[in-house]
Amino acid sequence: MTAPADDKLWSAIGDPSRRRVLDLLVSHGEVSASWLAGHVPFSRQAVSKHLAVLGQAGLVSRRKHGREVLYQVEAGRLDQAARAMGDLAAQWDRRLATIKRLAEAAHAEAKKSESPGT
Amino acid sequence: MSGLVIEGEVLIEAPVDVVWRTITEPDQMSQWFADRVDLVAEPGAHGYMQFGDQGGPVVVETVDPPARFSFRWNHPRGEEPVTGNSMLVEFTLTPEGDERTRLRVSESGHELLARPGAEKQRYADEHRGGWAEYLDRLASVLAKRRPG
Repeated sequence: MTAPADDKLWSAIGDPSRRRVLDLLVSHGEVSASWLAGHVPFSRQAVSKHLAVLGQAGLVSRRKHGREVLYQVEAGRLDQAARAMGDLAAQWDRRLATIKRLAEAAHAEAKKSESPGT
Repeated sequence: MSGLVIEGEVLIEAPVDVVWRTITEPDQMSQWFADRVDLVAEPGAHGYMQFGDQGGPVVVETVDPPARFSFRWNHPRGEEPVTGNSMLVEFTLTPEGDERTRLRVSESGHELLARPGAEKQRYADEHRGGWAEYLDRLASVLAKRRPG
């Protein structure tokens, strides 16, 4: 059975621009929104929106540092997301393996009844 | 749920029509998907699937025997599955000789489906490795960066 998927999480990583932001945070650690805006092909305003969505999904946290706000990836949440996604993929692998087994058994059965005695 | 894509593929030692029946006939589906399946493989048909003590409606989208079969579901919410609230499961069957079939499956949410064709293709290409791989990669980069 599919575990109830976390909508906020999946919609947060479902957007290519947000994955870009996430990639940068993962590779550079704690950075400001302005720094991010300098490294992506979209506006500072868009960066802020993406950070807000990632924040709501629990993937990114923020902290005040002097006059700046710094953002970083929440490692625990990212690990959890990776595991959940792996579970979903594994579930389809199991279903496909079952389909394979059923179809191959049905085919073997059909062949046997087609040519009795061989 | 949006844009989520799971892709899988398996090579089956059986003709394409046998595989087609396995994925579309309710008594077969109840062996690999849900515990109980009430469904007629006709485009637009509404059915029901039971998983343990939970269940939900399912709507058939594409029926193109023996090549393509898709249905939409939104378990566990139980609302009527339409574009925007549900997941689309798509099967593609490709015969490889008389007794071998390549079966591909994808499960995707609404954001991806709303994209124009070319963009959808680019998006799919970008993530051929799948979401699990993407997240695993991020998690491992992060783990390497963390001290200790």
